[in-house]
Amino acid sequence: MTKSELILRLSELNPHLYQRDIERIVSTIFDEITNALARGDRVELRGFGAFSVKQRSARVGRNPRTGASVDVSEKFIPFFKTGKELRERLNDQQAHEPETT
Amino acid sequence: MAEGTMTRADLTEAVYQEVGLSRNDSAHLVETVLSEIVEALTRGEPVKVSSFGSFTVRQKGQRIGRNPKTGQEVPILPRKVLVFRASHVLKGKINRALSKAPARTPEAGEPGSSASSTP
Repeated sequence: MTKSELILRLSELNPHLYQRDIERIVSTIFDEITNALARGDRVELRGFGAFSVKQRSARVGRNPRTGASVDVSEKFIPFFKTGKELRERLNDQQAHEPETT
Repeated sequence: MAEGTMTRADLTEAVYQEVGLSRNDSAHLVETVLSEIVEALTRGEPVKVSSFGSFTVRQKGQRIGRNPKTGQEVPILPRKVLVFRASHVLKGKINRALSKAPARTPEAGEPGSSASSTP
């Protein structure tokens, strides 16, 4: 499912809303998560999961081909931890619904 | 927002501010977005959100684990796990905002330095 398919699906479920409002809602949600992470905040959505930012400190890396050392600066990586309920749901389904699209 | 953690309530508030819906409808929409993502994933379908990232379900095989306290071997059953891969756009935004390195500020806008952008 892509973002645009998600928007179409939400429009079907909410026929009383304009599609352009649905688009704004979906964009707002992902923009808000992005902005929170860009402030270094966590985003915790119970049952779904939590987004956080992990810091990787600066290190001296090596070019694996030449062996030359390179300075790798400090960086921040977004991280997602699946929530308990979602983790369980991914595995319940296994028995009954092997592959449907 | 409560000490550095964003929750559904904050997302609802943002949607409420952005679109002319009631708080109730905003909360409902936030919930539906999440549950539609969950449903796609439980069908085994990947979810790709452009300029944010993608969620994919990966099948893990059985392996032998060990109880770290007792050292006893226990089989870890085959299972499905969710993997999130952040897009380059998301990584870029986070790094630009959080990096302390002053040499990289976008306002500096050195025209010659564009060759060595982030990998």
